[in-house]
Amino acid sequence: MTPARLASRALGFGYGATAVGRDVDVEVRTGEILCLLGPNGSGKTTLFKTLLGLLPAQAGEVLVDGISLAELPRREIARRIAYVPQAHTAHFPFRVIDMVLMGRTAHLSLFAAPTQQDRQKAQDALALLGIADLAAREYTRIRGGQRQLALVARALVQDAPAIVMDEPTANLDFGNQAIVLSEVKRLASRGLAVLLSTHDPDHAFSIASRVALLDGGTLVDQGTPHAVLTPSRLKSVYGIDVTVERLASGQTVCAPIYRA
Amino acid sequence: MVEGTSPIPAATPETLTSHSGAIFASLVASLALLMLGASLVGAYPLALGDLVAAVGRRLTGAAPQGQVDTILFEIRLPRIFAAVLVGAGIAAAGAAYQTLFRNPLVSPDILGVSTGAGLGAVLGIFLSLPVAGIQLSAFIVGLATVGLVYSIATLVHGREPILVLVLAGVAVGSLAGAAISLLKILSDPYDQLPAIVFWLLGSLAAIRKGEVWATAPLVLIGLVPLMLLRWRINVLSLGDEEAKALGVEAGRLRFFVIAAATLMTASVVAVSGVIGWVGLVIPHIARMIVGPSFDRLLPAAMLLGASYLLVVDTAARTMARIEVPIGILTAIIGAPFFLWLLARGREGWS
Repeated sequence: MTPARLASRALGFGYGATAVGRDVDVEVRTGEILCLLGPNGSGKTTLFKTLLGLLPAQAGEVLVDGISLAELPRREIARRIAYVPQAHTAHFPFRVIDMVLMGRTAHLSLFAAPTQQDRQKAQDALALLGIADLAAREYTRIRGGQRQLALVARALVQDAPAIVMDEPTANLDFGNQAIVLSEVKRLASRGLAVLLSTHDPDHAFSIASRVALLDGGTLVDQGTPHAVLTPSRLKSVYGIDVTVERLASGQTVCAPIYRA
Repeated sequence: MVEGTSPIPAATPETLTSHSGAIFASLVASLALLMLGASLVGAYPLALGDLVAAVGRRLTGAAPQGQVDTILFEIRLPRIFAAVLVGAGIAAAGAAYQTLFRNPLVSPDILGVSTGAGLGAVLGIFLSLPVAGIQLSAFIVGLATVGLVYSIATLVHGREPILVLVLAGVAVGSLAGAAISLLKILSDPYDQLPAIVFWLLGSLAAIRKGEVWATAPLVLIGLVPLMLLRWRINVLSLGDEEAKALGVEAGRLRFFVIAAATLMTASVVAVSGVIGWVGLVIPHIARMIVGPSFDRLLPAAMLLGASYLLVVDTAARTMARIEVPIGILTAIIGAPFFLWLLARGREGWS
């Protein structure tokens, strides 16, 4: 069996000497979407940073295509895992096309700048995400949803077989959340391994192949959305009463139960 | 996506390239014209014919004739090249620092290179060193100051390496400033103190061919890595974590950029004295013209910085009977201009 694109083994993570989480085993394979859920402060972002090698593992290890992350140089990691941070405002008004082109960095030699071919690739990625007309606009002046899509485009031109997305739907309106999530689904169907975090169990129901539920720095459960995201499990993690129901359309949704 | 329909027609990569080509051509042309103009004006004005004849004599190896050749080749041209070199060097260092520190308000002095160089020069004057000794001392102490700041920041293991660097720069710069004040008090008030004050105000009046030849290679050594690493420096401006995730060794790259920018600043400040505001304002204007991408920002800032300092220095030597220290002029022009930028509140500010 081929090794998982991205996996952790008994991973302990945190900042400096402070431990945030321990004993985390996750893995994502080609074509799979692993959705990480967990309350605020459960350690999702810290876990992601450790999986990307931005923080050293405190225990255990991270494996990329079966190779220990600690043995790979930065550039090699970037060629294997692309990272989509939360939509941010850049400090300088880069054009969208330049922002996307930065995704090519790991494929350029030390002193090189992107070539015409790289530009074409960036343009194609923007077109794929339906924002080709934004290429010459300033990244700081487009909307949040468009910025998020531009960052996804940047991850795409990185040509990495795995993508890690930190709350790609945070700060997006209803429509943009759906747009971003359907793009994510499309990416997985094209053969990418996707690991993403979200606050909304509905997102997991609609796109995830598997769900990992993180609470207090440890994984409390992992499996298919239907197996993991049960009302009792959600109550124990989030502390609220929840109903999970199947709609006439076949979609499963999850909603809190409000009491007067 | 309906939301993203843009009123601006999609620019193809080709149109963007040819557009910036025209911008750079005009920047180069205006610098060339300014250099020509600056070589004609001065206490001893030259006619264009004199200039052409003198250059012709120089090129054909004919014997130099009288004052014209001396003024042109020994005084005026070295000074023009010095202004170009100093302006380009400071502006390039400023562009690199602003991108590196992700802050459009940063100037090359932020890690204390100018204050350090000032301390070195003041120390040289205090010890009555010859001119070359003063310049060397300015250069070395300028480099050493940034080296100290960088080492302190590396020893302090903070989660925000950039913030630690800037704060260490503020503290060490302030120490160097105190040392300068101490040396001013201790110096001979009739002989050394005026020299110190004059140096700290900056001037290109004393520059001769030798200084230009000594400074140019150092500026070039600093410039080449910045040029070569132009794309990665862009990526670094996204912040350490994002840069690392995109495959850039952020810490190592930052070291090289700081070293290169410091070498450039220290070498020009050592011959020109402290010239403020250029490194802050010029990259800013360049960014307004060609955008923030470092591969275009760096050459644009250099060309603009060279033109700007040439104009200011030419004004400094022609506008009054006595030479006006150039640092005063750059501050008088730079500060209000900066305030105007601030009031306009345009892009580049977040």
